Amino acid sequence: MGAYLAFKELWRNRGRYLLVSLVVALLTALVLFVAGLGEGLGLGNIEYLKNLDAQLVVYQADAQLLIAGSRIPRATVRAIERVEGVVAAGPIEFSRVSIVLPGTTPQGTPRRPLDVSLIQVEPGRPGEPPVRLGRQLLNRRGREAIIDALVARRAGLSVGDEFTIQSLQGTRREFYTLRVVGISTSQQYSIQPSVIVPLLTGDQIKPKANVEDRPVSDLSSNVVAVKLDLPADPREAQSVVTAMGERLEDQVKGIEAVDIKTAYENTPGYSAQQGTLNTQRYFALVIGVLVLGGFFQIQALQKVPQIGVLKAIGASNLTVAAASLIQITLVTLVGVFIGSVVVLTLALTLPVGIPIVFTPQTVATALVSLIMIGPVGGLVSIRYSLRVEPLTALGLSS
Amino acid sequence: MATALEVQNVTKVYGSGDTAVTAVNDVSFSVAEGEFVALVGPSGSGKTTMLAMLAGLLYPTSGAIYIDGQDLSKMPDAQRTVFRRQRIGFTFQANNLLPYLTARENVEIMLRLNGGCKRECTTQARDLLTRLGLGHRLGNLPRQLSGGEQQRVAIARALIHNPALVLADEPTASLDTERAYQVVETFADLIHAQNRAGIMVTHDLRMCVFVDRIIQMQDGRIKRIIADRSEIEAFAAATQRSGKSGA
Repeated sequence: MGAYLAFKELWRNRGRYLLVSLVVALLTALVLFVAGLGEGLGLGNIEYLKNLDAQLVVYQADAQLLIAGSRIPRATVRAIERVEGVVAAGPIEFSRVSIVLPGTTPQGTPRRPLDVSLIQVEPGRPGEPPVRLGRQLLNRRGREAIIDALVARRAGLSVGDEFTIQSLQGTRREFYTLRVVGISTSQQYSIQPSVIVPLLTGDQIKPKANVEDRPVSDLSSNVVAVKLDLPADPREAQSVVTAMGERLEDQVKGIEAVDIKTAYENTPGYSAQQGTLNTQRYFALVIGVLVLGGFFQIQALQKVPQIGVLKAIGASNLTVAAASLIQITLVTLVGVFIGSVVVLTLALTLPVGIPIVFTPQTVATALVSLIMIGPVGGLVSIRYSLRVEPLTALGLSS
Repeated sequence: MATALEVQNVTKVYGSGDTAVTAVNDVSFSVAEGEFVALVGPSGSGKTTMLAMLAGLLYPTSGAIYIDGQDLSKMPDAQRTVFRRQRIGFTFQANNLLPYLTARENVEIMLRLNGGCKRECTTQARDLLTRLGLGHRLGNLPRQLSGGEQQRVAIARALIHNPALVLADEPTASLDTERAYQVVETFADLIHAQNRAGIMVTHDLRMCVFVDRIIQMQDGRIKRIIADRSEIEAFAAATQRSGKSGA
């Protein structure tokens, strides 16, 4: 009965309710875009760390989990590896370089170099990403690189191609030629796609303020990725990770070990950026609750006489409440549906450079929260409808 | 004729202490099946309060109201709601119909409320509306109907589910004289034909020409009961000469 009344009323006033659905659709678009942007920007920043084949990241003890400020000597990497329960440890060093792009722009000027993150790893150890095409790195000193699929796309490179990296060595700009041996995916770091090279090769390429401190003798890296021997049960695994972090800090001097999530959450700007975008998202939801709540409350106020008649002729409170709830939910669902179809269609046509990523999980979370705003916003008006007395049909009040 | 409604010593007091107002004071009467009764009286005479109690929308302060042998004054709220939709038919002064339902749907709703509406309920609603001269208006929304048509739809709604008691609150309030006569005459015919008990609260005493009995209220009490046919006609005619009045 509630559903019958709800459908009839919606259908006979479909223009009015469609307008409200469109408001919900706009809010849906906003929330989805902000969520997608949060995911996209966040991934651009920390994707490489998130996808590490490791459970712990080791920093220098006083570095306050800042990768750029952390230095781990090679001897420490060996010490970490000797700790019981560690399967493998791989040093990782981050810097920024540019790839020289051949050819010219349509205007005849040379193309702007492509900025990338240079990530140095030890071949075969944690830190080296798995390749989708080609092969892994083989040689500790080889002039070879694994590139992120985004680099491949933007620089037009494929496996076997050679490319040139430019970097500042002191005051001079130097050029180095590397060969693509493998292509990996989802390896951005610091909002740039990555080029992954062997540690020793990278020591020559990475920018240096002073050419005299040739880093061949340096033999250190920013952080160490540590792979652990884990039980199959995920909850047990989590406690093993925590325990192993403590054990490492106990047995190896001068380090701080954290899990992957802590590591990427401490990447500069990541938390602040996600916090900002989440605030926007929550605000959009709150606005949605208020707009829908306000609209349905006004509806309820206008409908007092007919709710009174409905109750006087014998409709139960359950019927009245069900009708309201079904209406609010339907209006919200239609809006969320329109909004998400529009957004997801638009997303297919977005240019490559825009960092909007829709993962099933972000979309699902956003949609569920959006669908909730209707019933939550409608609670006040439903309560109001329930309190309308059938006596109002006779122009009386008790 | 069997008694459909029995009102025994009903009193309704609003408020308490110094501010207490006795709206209905020790009223007793009964209505038989197939009998159409007018409840008249000036504003504040207690007739609307009486109607609300008969409908189970208000509890009397004391006394008993029997409809179909069941004491409405002792029924819990939820049970009264069910009783209302099963045994009572209703027309109101204004905002009678649900604006988003067609004429036919507004009538059907009583059958739906009472548990489902199959094909025969649509036929039933259509037949009754056709009998009330609205066969061509079945699919119209209330706003597309005139005041008289709306009131006739409300009458159909009040009768469709075979109630024991039909209550009408000022059914002619928004109608011109000619329409008002038509509506009340139709109402009276149906009540007689279907053997229901009907009570109409009205200000417009000219409408009393169609009823079987007039209960005149004043200050919460029954002032007079007019049952004689010629007296009823004289009563209605007297007001006709002097225009509308509260008697």
